[in-house]
Amino acid sequence: MALPAYATTGQRVGYYSFLTYCGLVFFFLIAPIFIILPLSFSASPFFEFTREFMNFEPDAWSLRWYRQMVGISSIGDTTVVTDKWMLGTRNSFFIGIIATFLATALGTVAALGLSRPHMPFKAVLMAILISPMIVPLIITAAGMFFFYSKIGLTHTYLGLILAHTALGTPFVVITVTATLTGFDTNLIRASQSLGADTMRTFFKVIMPLILPGVISGGLFAFITSFDEVVIVMFVGSVEQITIPKQMWAGLRQETSPVILCMATCLVALSIALLTTVEMLRRRSERLRGIKQR
Amino acid sequence: MNQTQTSSGPILTTDGIPLKVSLKKAERINKIRAFLLVLPLLAFILITFLVPIGDMLARSIDDRQINTVFPKTFEVYKKWDRQGLPSEEVYKTMFFELKNSEGYSVGKASTRMNYSKSGWKSLLKKSKRKFKKIEEGPYKEKMIAIDKKWGDPEYWLAIGQMVDPTTMGYYLNAVDLKYDSSKNVVQQKENRRIYNKTWIKTFKVSLLVTLFCLLLGYPISYLLATLPMKYSNLLMICVLLPFWTSLLVRTVAWMVMLQQKGVLNNLLVMSNLLEDENRFQLMYNQTAVVIVMTQILLPFMVLPLYSVMKTISPTYMRAALNLGASPMHAFYKIYMPNSVPGVSAGCLLVFIIAIGYYITPELVGGKDGQMVGNWIAYHLKTTLNWGLCASLGAILLAMMTVLYWAYNKIVGIENIKLG
Repeated sequence: MALPAYATTGQRVGYYSFLTYCGLVFFFLIAPIFIILPLSFSASPFFEFTREFMNFEPDAWSLRWYRQMVGISSIGDTTVVTDKWMLGTRNSFFIGIIATFLATALGTVAALGLSRPHMPFKAVLMAILISPMIVPLIITAAGMFFFYSKIGLTHTYLGLILAHTALGTPFVVITVTATLTGFDTNLIRASQSLGADTMRTFFKVIMPLILPGVISGGLFAFITSFDEVVIVMFVGSVEQITIPKQMWAGLRQETSPVILCMATCLVALSIALLTTVEMLRRRSERLRGIKQR
Repeated sequence: MNQTQTSSGPILTTDGIPLKVSLKKAERINKIRAFLLVLPLLAFILITFLVPIGDMLARSIDDRQINTVFPKTFEVYKKWDRQGLPSEEVYKTMFFELKNSEGYSVGKASTRMNYSKSGWKSLLKKSKRKFKKIEEGPYKEKMIAIDKKWGDPEYWLAIGQMVDPTTMGYYLNAVDLKYDSSKNVVQQKENRRIYNKTWIKTFKVSLLVTLFCLLLGYPISYLLATLPMKYSNLLMICVLLPFWTSLLVRTVAWMVMLQQKGVLNNLLVMSNLLEDENRFQLMYNQTAVVIVMTQILLPFMVLPLYSVMKTISPTYMRAALNLGASPMHAFYKIYMPNSVPGVSAGCLLVFIIAIGYYITPELVGGKDGQMVGNWIAYHLKTTLNWGLCASLGAILLAMMTVLYWAYNKIVGIENIKLG
């Protein structure tokens, strides 16, 4: 959409004010995320840009909060080890990775079923399977808290993993179903007529083609679990710290700049995941012969 | 031979079975196979997600807590004509059931009884202690002697609300109504009406967020859809990165921006637009909730809008311009009607997500910005009034279901775009 050479002054003004407006919106979207990056290197114990910091005075910049994040911190001369953040990181990865595997396996198989032309009650089933994504987390958390406490799953890792798996599956179902639209079912017939059994067909023919969708679905499931705090708070115990839970506690109680360091790390992680997913999406579109306009 | 059969009789397969039957059988096998693939996930979601939600719904009307503690009292209570004070028999059964009950179950029951009429909790606690000394009747007079409340018909009438194993009381409570002593539905006292305000506030905030998302999202979606791919892909990252960034990280970022010594106030002070003393209170109010939620939910507006706008052929606009329409007129008459599916998809999605929000209002909302989700969490964690918590959740869930259904009808659930 470019401005034609014969555009009137009014049109030019309109066009450039439109572009400015869009620029501001993009700035509004992206600026808050990047504002925390420099601030995490500040020596100040508050979330603020001090004058010294802005003037790049060496004393105002420090890595002390990062040191505290990985568990080394010094108050005065004594070194205090607080490993809550690292414990949270371990727990987050532990819960996230297992939940992702479960969600990916269950979701991929279900998506294969849902994409078959013979699927009965497809719309209803789809609506049910997507519902964990739509129902507000606080309602899910309340329900799970009531029910899981009856069957003794509260305060256990199993309970958290099951809950996060349930939350992650809709993303896998959606991405894999999307990848399967336009999937040439003749390939399956060809493979079977050449003598491959069901498993062989799945792993040698179907899987390589839908793999990009499966991986992006898995990454979505992972980030969902990795970000989730409400269920961890209500279903998990006090000792079951995850990164978001520790950030939440930090925001409610102590507001320590370590939160900003962890936030910076999480932004880096989300950039990495976003890049992976975008690359996979393009690959998948290429594989399926969808041309980019 | 089957092959030689022509028009007479049904077509048969080589096995001699009519083709129709055989096809149906094959179809059925296919259906079962497809369903078996979905079954594991369906069972999983059923157990880990749907049953808990059902448990919550059951809890919102469940009123058996007291019935299990005072079963006999309730039996004789039902015979009472609700005039004056109950008979000696009612007092007597109440006396023995309270005396012989466990402290824990009485505590739970008295909490519930306090929801109907405040004062029950202290009455039961005090009576249970003093009942130990009483050996024989008449119980009615001795109980009234312990506490005058036993002689107050209001308290006895309040029990009437709890006789049934189910109650609508929590739902009434969730919309600022209650039962009076003769089980008529009346309004809560003026100072206890908080939930209707909260519901209205939740809707107001969600609508504002949806509106702002549309106002901000529509132009940039248009830009993204009309720019050449190599630029739009780059700009798309600005939309997708927030989408992928942790909700808490973004809320923290906004706290850094909005607080009293935050970036926005600092910028205003540095550029001498604002005195250092009267910095704006930008955080801990409803405005902050709207601003932050708009930024957080904007990608959910842009992605559906973009995917619809991408399908609008640019030749339509060119044709309109060619036929003499001004650019504004062409946009209004041609482009906007074509983008309506995207608008409805985006608005519904943003609204659905917004009304159930909890984390952001909790962190930046202060007292003024609390939404229904926050009250659910408050009753779940702090007051332990789980019946009210569940009924608030159930009402919210019912609204979600209607919106979700509408979304499914209008957009189709399988068309949700995830980047």
